[in-house]
Amino acid sequence: MIKQERMKVITQQSIAKHIFELTVEGGLVDEMAEPGQFVHVRVADSFEPLLRRPISVASIDKENKRFTMIYRAEGRGTQILADKKAGDEIDVLGPLGHGFPVEQAEKKAFLIGGGIGVPPLYELAKQLNSRGIETVHILGFESKQAIFYEEKFKALGDTHIATVDGSHGTEGFVTHILNELPHDFDTYFSCGPTAMLEAVQWAYPQKKGFLSYEQRMGCGIGACFACVCRTTKSETDYIKVCSDGPVFPAGVVIS
Amino acid sequence: MIDMTVKIPGLELKNPIMPASGCFGFGKEYAQLYDLSQLGAIMIKATTVETRLGNPTPRVAETSSGMLNAIGLQNPGLEKVYGSELPWLEQFDVPIIANVAGTTTEDYVEVAREISKAPNVHALEINISCPNVKKGGITFGTDPAVARELTRAVKEVSSVPVYIKLSPNVTDIVSIAKAVEEGGADGITMINTLLGMRLDPKTGRPVIANISGGLSGPAIKPVALRMVYEVSKQTNLPIIGMGGVTNVDDVIDFLSAGASAVAVGTANFVNPFVCPEIISKLPERLHELGYDSVEELIGRSHRL
Ligand SMILES: Cc1cc2nc3c(=O)[nH]c(=O)nc-3n(C[C@H](O)[C@H](O)[C@H](O)COP(=O)(O)OP(=O)(O)OC[C@H]3O[C@@H](n4cnc5c(N)ncnc54)[C@H](O)[C@@H]3O)c2cc1C
Ligand SMILES: Cc1cc2nc3c(=O)[nH]c(=O)nc-3n(C[C@H](O)[C@H](O)[C@H](O)COP(=O)(O)O)c2cc1C
Ligand code: FES
Repeated sequence: MIKQERMKVITQQSIAKHIFELTVEGGLVDEMAEPGQFVHVRVADSFEPLLRRPISVASIDKENKRFTMIYRAEGRGTQILADKKAGDEIDVLGPLGHGFPVEQAEKKAFLIGGGIGVPPLYELAKQLNSRGIETVHILGFESKQAIFYEEKFKALGDTHIATVDGSHGTEGFVTHILNELPHDFDTYFSCGPTAMLEAVQWAYPQKKGFLSYEQRMGCGIGACFACVCRTTKSETDYIKVCSDGPVFPAGVVIS
Repeated sequence: MIDMTVKIPGLELKNPIMPASGCFGFGKEYAQLYDLSQLGAIMIKATTVETRLGNPTPRVAETSSGMLNAIGLQNPGLEKVYGSELPWLEQFDVPIIANVAGTTTEDYVEVAREISKAPNVHALEINISCPNVKKGGITFGTDPAVARELTRAVKEVSSVPVYIKLSPNVTDIVSIAKAVEEGGADGITMINTLLGMRLDPKTGRPVIANISGGLSGPAIKPVALRMVYEVSKQTNLPIIGMGGVTNVDDVIDFLSAGASAVAVGTANFVNPFVCPEIISKLPERLHELGYDSVEELIGRSHRL
């Protein structure tokens, strides 16, 4: 069930260039089900900035009723969010959307992420591992300073890093790494820029895959038709990223 | 006890608060959050004869205390709205105001005739003011003679009272309001969004795929309030006012300016519980201001 709650900030820290890790606490965590779901965060109690910001759930700690978000503080709203300190409250609406179907993975899964698309893959990796699925992580970042959670992913499985400027790991994009790796997995999961999602789909037309998309949002719950994408399933309909997604099976979204 | 009820053509409202068209879909999403029977009424998303896919994305952009949208009247079409969305809403004790849109007079007439037959549709809101479609929509709302004739045509076929939704994108909104009054409108809803645009400073390109969009949210409230004030002074039609309402004092303002009821649009995206919150706070605020009923407050700015 979707809830709106003023959640308590437990910790906030900078973990890479412009990247913050924010952990909050509250009953809303009980509602979280799948990795890949997101929350809609109101960064100020005023109406400036006006809209909520969609941020993925990066990891869930049900026992302590806490969850963590990892986000890039770049624009107006996320910069305000970055000023929140332990003890502050933030207004969170969620959990929203449909996440990654962990039950679809059989033995081995590729988790392919780019930039701020990497965070939801962390909770996904945790849940897949706890189901006995081997996970391989292929993560792309701008540069060495932008990398986060490398060690945490390594603790869960093989982890390969690409940076656009070559300052760490393979130079280039995640696709450069994918070309080198054996295709010995049954399912892939991916989140990142649309161009990356497209490239990943083309790389593995025969494999079972699930991709998480981004769109500009209004309501975040399916009522305003802001966040639509065309779909291969119907010529006369759209799918809504916020409520039908953000995760869709490969081949469904026309981007 | 504060009397929250309001009676306007077709509508016996238990309170004067309703979500605005396009900001509440057909109610399903918000029904996950609260009981829709609390609402005074619901203005559903614009309905056209055929399914409409709407505009390409990005369709929304944030602006100072507001947002731009160019959804483009995406909706599943008359048949689906009549056959499944409206029947689903019957489980709630709430009157529906159906928002009607089209490209030609014939489109408006067809949707109005059919949708007004639904048992829970108590009034129509004729959208002659959508800034986001290439043809129709706003052209009906900017020429008084055209607006009058459309109102007549729709009135002739509708089984329920007809409210005309006015566009603020005109030089003289009162002349349009008077024209629809002559055309036989039962009421007015106002305002729709103000045309605006936003550019990306890095590229110089419009942020919205449709280039321009409709501005809504707190930024437009002063414009909306002034227009409601003018129209209520110069016509005899009841008004459902809207534009930037986020809290109970905004509602007080619109009622004072002459609106009989108030719709809340964009604020639903920021706080999905905004409508029930305003409804629960309104009686106390009226009491503090020394009023026993909503009706007493309506149009008080004209009496001072
Ligand atoms: C389902 C989903 C999950 C996301 N998860 C994360 C995450 O875990 N970490 C993270 O850093 N970012 C994530 N994003 C992107 C994040 O929403 C944007 O970076 C953020 O909204 C930008 O806000 P701002 O205040 O920095 O920018 P501003 O420029 O002030 O934003 C202006 C408006 O544009 C919207 N906007 C800007 N960029 C985007 C974008 N890329 N996608 C959607 N809306 C955008 C904002 O929400 C706001 O309404 C996610 C987006 C979606 C749709
Ligand atoms: C995303 C969005 C979609 C809208 N869709 C419609 C619509 O379908 N029909 C209509 O008459 N008005 C539509 N509107 C206009 C609102 O009903 C309302 O008139 C306007 O937004 C001003 O109120 P607000 O500032 O409270 O949002 C839409 C507004 C928004 C923000
Ligand atoms: S953001 Fe409103 S429908 Fe998706």
